[in-house]
Amino acid sequence: MKSRYYFDLITELVKKELKVRYKNSVLGYLWSVLSPLASAIVFFIAFKIVIKLKIENYVLFLISGLFCWQWFVNSVLASSNLFLNNASLIKKVNFPRDSLVYSMVLSDALHFVLTIPVIFLFIVIYKQKFSVYLLFLPFVILAQFFLISGISLIISSINLFFRDLERLVLIFTNLLFYLTPIIYPESMVPQKYKVFIYFNPMAHFVILYRNIFLNNRFEYQNFVIGSLITLAIFFVGYKIYKSLQWKFAEIV
Amino acid sequence: MKENNVVIEFENVTKYYPLYHTFIGIKNFLFNLPQAIYDLRTRKFCALNKISFNVFKGETLGIIGRNGAGKSTILGLIAGVLKPTNGKINVYGNVVGLLELQAGFHPDLTGYENIILNGILLGLTRKEILQKVDQIIEFSELKNFINQPIRTYSSGMLARLGFSCAINIDADIILIDEVLAVGDIEFQKKCYQKIEDIKKQNKTIVFVSHDLDAVKNLCSRVILLDRGEIIKDGDPKEVVEVYKKSFT
Repeated sequence: MKSRYYFDLITELVKKELKVRYKNSVLGYLWSVLSPLASAIVFFIAFKIVIKLKIENYVLFLISGLFCWQWFVNSVLASSNLFLNNASLIKKVNFPRDSLVYSMVLSDALHFVLTIPVIFLFIVIYKQKFSVYLLFLPFVILAQFFLISGISLIISSINLFFRDLERLVLIFTNLLFYLTPIIYPESMVPQKYKVFIYFNPMAHFVILYRNIFLNNRFEYQNFVIGSLITLAIFFVGYKIYKSLQWKFAEIV
Repeated sequence: MKENNVVIEFENVTKYYPLYHTFIGIKNFLFNLPQAIYDLRTRKFCALNKISFNVFKGETLGIIGRNGAGKSTILGLIAGVLKPTNGKINVYGNVVGLLELQAGFHPDLTGYENIILNGILLGLTRKEILQKVDQIIEFSELKNFINQPIRTYSSGMLARLGFSCAINIDADIILIDEVLAVGDIEFQKKCYQKIEDIKKQNKTIVFVSHDLDAVKNLCSRVILLDRGEIIKDGDPKEVVEVYKKSFT
């Protein structure tokens, strides 16, 4: 009964997110593809045409990392004001507040999944093969879901108490973008800086996606390490949320 | 449900709100660290001070008092969105609070979609709310507009929708916070009628209002609060008289 309710609550909130996002724009779906594609074009011009980086299939290389990054950054940035935007609800109704976080991350996840056909399109354009490891994608997506949910729980809870956390998050995600092997391959990172990749969970996911889409490989090591870091972050996030949630109604 | 029909128990309940002045923002917090910690420890606002009362099944309890007396805090504590600083609260049965006009409503969704979403946020499963949705639309008298986004609704229509949602959900305890003052007289009458019906079903209502006549007419018992303390608790007419006198 309880889990049934939880399921209904989250599906209904996700539906709301999707409806709201698409109701006012005819281009709807296109927007969630267009923005990462535009960044792909920018990086393509900068690194392929101007700097002449020697990476094959560079557009495919870029979008295989950019699309999942887009999911990460959209959810994390939106999480800052998530509880504030639902203040009146939090003050009046005793529903599980974390459902707001999961439904937000889930709706962004759906957008990411909807962009995957674009990656397929470029696989065809670049005459690459479709890997059997595509079957493992759901597990990678599930793990990334927990990673983003964990981070979002931390940020959304703490941002209620420190409202300028939002600005720090913006700066931090910007930095993290360049510390994640999205526009360059991880093999180009000098040995002594490898540690940034090792402890950056998003790096593991980007490497995983890229190898599935481009290299017909599943990097078990990255999956295990990425998932372990994810578990730790989710655990911490959930603990922080649980210990602060009683104060939400007082402070929003 | 307990045997003696108590549905809400407040036992020595105290509620402090911290005053988050210097606390808001990492920058302020770090630059004024000693001050911030000092504030956090000492600057508190006492909203309720050692309050005890019981509400019995079937009672319609009115809570009156000036602004800041602690009325809404009591509702928040019953609804479970707030936690008492000290003391014990027991609530037996499920609680539905009447939402503020637009809480939980999204302007871009239609009336129908908002009813479903609202019902789920109020604690029903999808199946349960689908069974009630016709009844809610019927009660709200908004049938012709139910597929319009609610940003096109007038404030009276919004109030109707909100009230219809909350009142038609079968909760054991219903919290009403000053929402009846909206809508036209016709609809207000209907709401009061509905509240009378609910009273007959032996449900418990906690009603916060500044409309003293409504309180006198609807409630079977009234609590007068002032600065977080119970001044008087008892017969509606007497308590309302005491409250009126305190102004003169």
